[in-house]
Amino acid sequence: MFDLDRWNEIWNALAKNKVRSLLTAFGVFWGIFMLIVMAGAGKGLQNGVTQGTAKFAANSAFFWSEQTGEPYKGFKRGRYWHMDSEDIQFLKDNIPEIEYITPRNFTGRWGGGSNVIRGKKNGSFNVKGDYPDYIKIDPATILNGRWINELDIRDKRKVCVIGEKVFESMFDPKENPIGEYLKISGVYYQVIGVVRAETTININGRTEESICLPFTTMLQTYNMGNTVNFMAITAKRGVPVSIVEERVKELIKKKHVIAPEDLQALNSVNIEKEFEQMNGLFLGIQILTWIVGIGTLLAGVIGVSNIMLVIIKERTKEIGVQRAIGATPRMIISQIMLESVVLTTVSGYLGLSIGVGLLELVNKVMENSPTPTNDRVFFTNPSVSLTVALSSLFVLVLAGLLAGLIPASRAMQIKPIDALREE
Amino acid sequence: MIQIRDLHKSYEMGHNSLHVLKGLHLDIEEGEFVSIMGSSGSGKSTLLNILGILDDYDRGTYYLGGKLIQGLNETKAALTRNEMIGFIFQSFNLISFKNAMENVALPLYYQKISRKKRNQIALEYLDRLGLKEWAHHLPSELSGGQKQRVAIARALISQPRIILADEPTGALDSATSLEVMEILKEINDQGKTVILVTHEHDIAAMTKKIIKLKDGVIEEVIKNGELLAFKNRVSTE
Repeated sequence: MFDLDRWNEIWNALAKNKVRSLLTAFGVFWGIFMLIVMAGAGKGLQNGVTQGTAKFAANSAFFWSEQTGEPYKGFKRGRYWHMDSEDIQFLKDNIPEIEYITPRNFTGRWGGGSNVIRGKKNGSFNVKGDYPDYIKIDPATILNGRWINELDIRDKRKVCVIGEKVFESMFDPKENPIGEYLKISGVYYQVIGVVRAETTININGRTEESICLPFTTMLQTYNMGNTVNFMAITAKRGVPVSIVEERVKELIKKKHVIAPEDLQALNSVNIEKEFEQMNGLFLGIQILTWIVGIGTLLAGVIGVSNIMLVIIKERTKEIGVQRAIGATPRMIISQIMLESVVLTTVSGYLGLSIGVGLLELVNKVMENSPTPTNDRVFFTNPSVSLTVALSSLFVLVLAGLLAGLIPASRAMQIKPIDALREE
Repeated sequence: MIQIRDLHKSYEMGHNSLHVLKGLHLDIEEGEFVSIMGSSGSGKSTLLNILGILDDYDRGTYYLGGKLIQGLNETKAALTRNEMIGFIFQSFNLISFKNAMENVALPLYYQKISRKKRNQIALEYLDRLGLKEWAHHLPSELSGGQKQRVAIARALISQPRIILADEPTGALDSATSLEVMEILKEINDQGKTVILVTHEHDIAAMTKKIIKLKDGVIEEVIKNGELLAFKNRVSTE
């Protein structure tokens, strides 16, 4: 197999038709190149998205109220209702599977104009009311100061935690915001912390552009009574959040006199389910990548098979002579198969290397151009795993053998006598 | 050396069957120098193909060196050819991208003899045929006579017991033809059986025995003593 003559013959056979060999090799090259680049890009997308959501509590669900969708017990359809602070304790008491439960209220920046003022600076940001536990569901990095604590809640302190973007627009970069005051919708709050979001999930506006007040403070200053706009829960370890989700809906509907079959009154998002869907999506992308990649590769392989057939046609006489002077069928077959495998493997390996090289290059470029820290990156670290690389190499060799099969059997059909007669 | 009894061979051409060899008997002893003659369609090429184990036959028996040659598979046929028979073709059939030495060494490659050794042997054979300084030239750089000499060296290198030559002079001018025939005669003098197919009378006349084929059977065998008469007859024709 590693005979110089054999390689010499392979080289000669391929070099005789340089252009055709090159074009054929390009087919295989392109197939594997596309496969690698697509697999890498798919992986990059997956990395980007999962990195953006990885830290988010996967076993969490969120609830918010909407108009009722069914008439019930004398109430007409389309009634406005809302959850209240009592519901929180009620759920805590009745559903032991709940790990954390926190309400969250908002005032939007909609309604126009800037709502936050500090000296000559002003801006328009989301204002949210939060409990200390919220940060355990949607983690954020505390860059400076601290997060809301139980005392803030109990004493309804006029303090606020600001997002990184808020800090950037309301303060000078070198300023220490802790202890400073912001005027939000006419009321002064002392800044106690600066946070950066760790996930790309956003609930009513991005954390970076939000100002978080203690929940109780917000109820009071915004005159919200005991309204709860929004509620986040996480299930205890080992309990599927969808079970808890159903239970919460059941209890809340009962408590607020809403038809049990009403699907729209209490709306919810289940992150577990979203994750599953997302995983399904990535699986779909992967499958698509392989189908397209292997399809392209197959086209390349058919090209190789084709050129080998032509080569054999051209070498009919030569093969006949070789057999007349003693080459056994096995020698001829293995020669042709080897030629085919060499052609596919070399060009495929080139495609593999250049594909991986391209991914690495993209990686380097992305690493070296620091995206603004808070911008969502939906594409991170595109790469192919060793498994993908090895299996595509395996596919290549297999494809080469496959491509050589038809030409080799064609060569075997050549009788030396026919070959020699062909003048 | 060669013993053929009642040999039949026909070719299928679509619906028609062409019966080429019709019960042919032939004996060739070791060391003979034989030419097979016949007009086209007489079956001489078919006979040569069967002798060279390039083609199978339908009926009869063919013994080569005491061994029955019948229904061999391709691998066995290839090995037997490599071991027993050296081929010389009209159109030389050298491999175009191999130089003279590599072409000559090819049969030894199939015997799995190391590259160094087989090239050395090939050089010896080329030297014997006066082509040593052409050893590293490609066939395209050689004249017709030189090509045929390379082909003869290739046929000899595996030390076969029979040399089969199909119109070895067909593509050569008369001076070169004579030269090639001289070489074949020398090979025969060294004890090898040489069988050649030709349609040229003067070439045939240089061999020691002429077998004339007609319509698939042997029409006439002209032996040593009668050759002179044959020559005369040819020249008057």
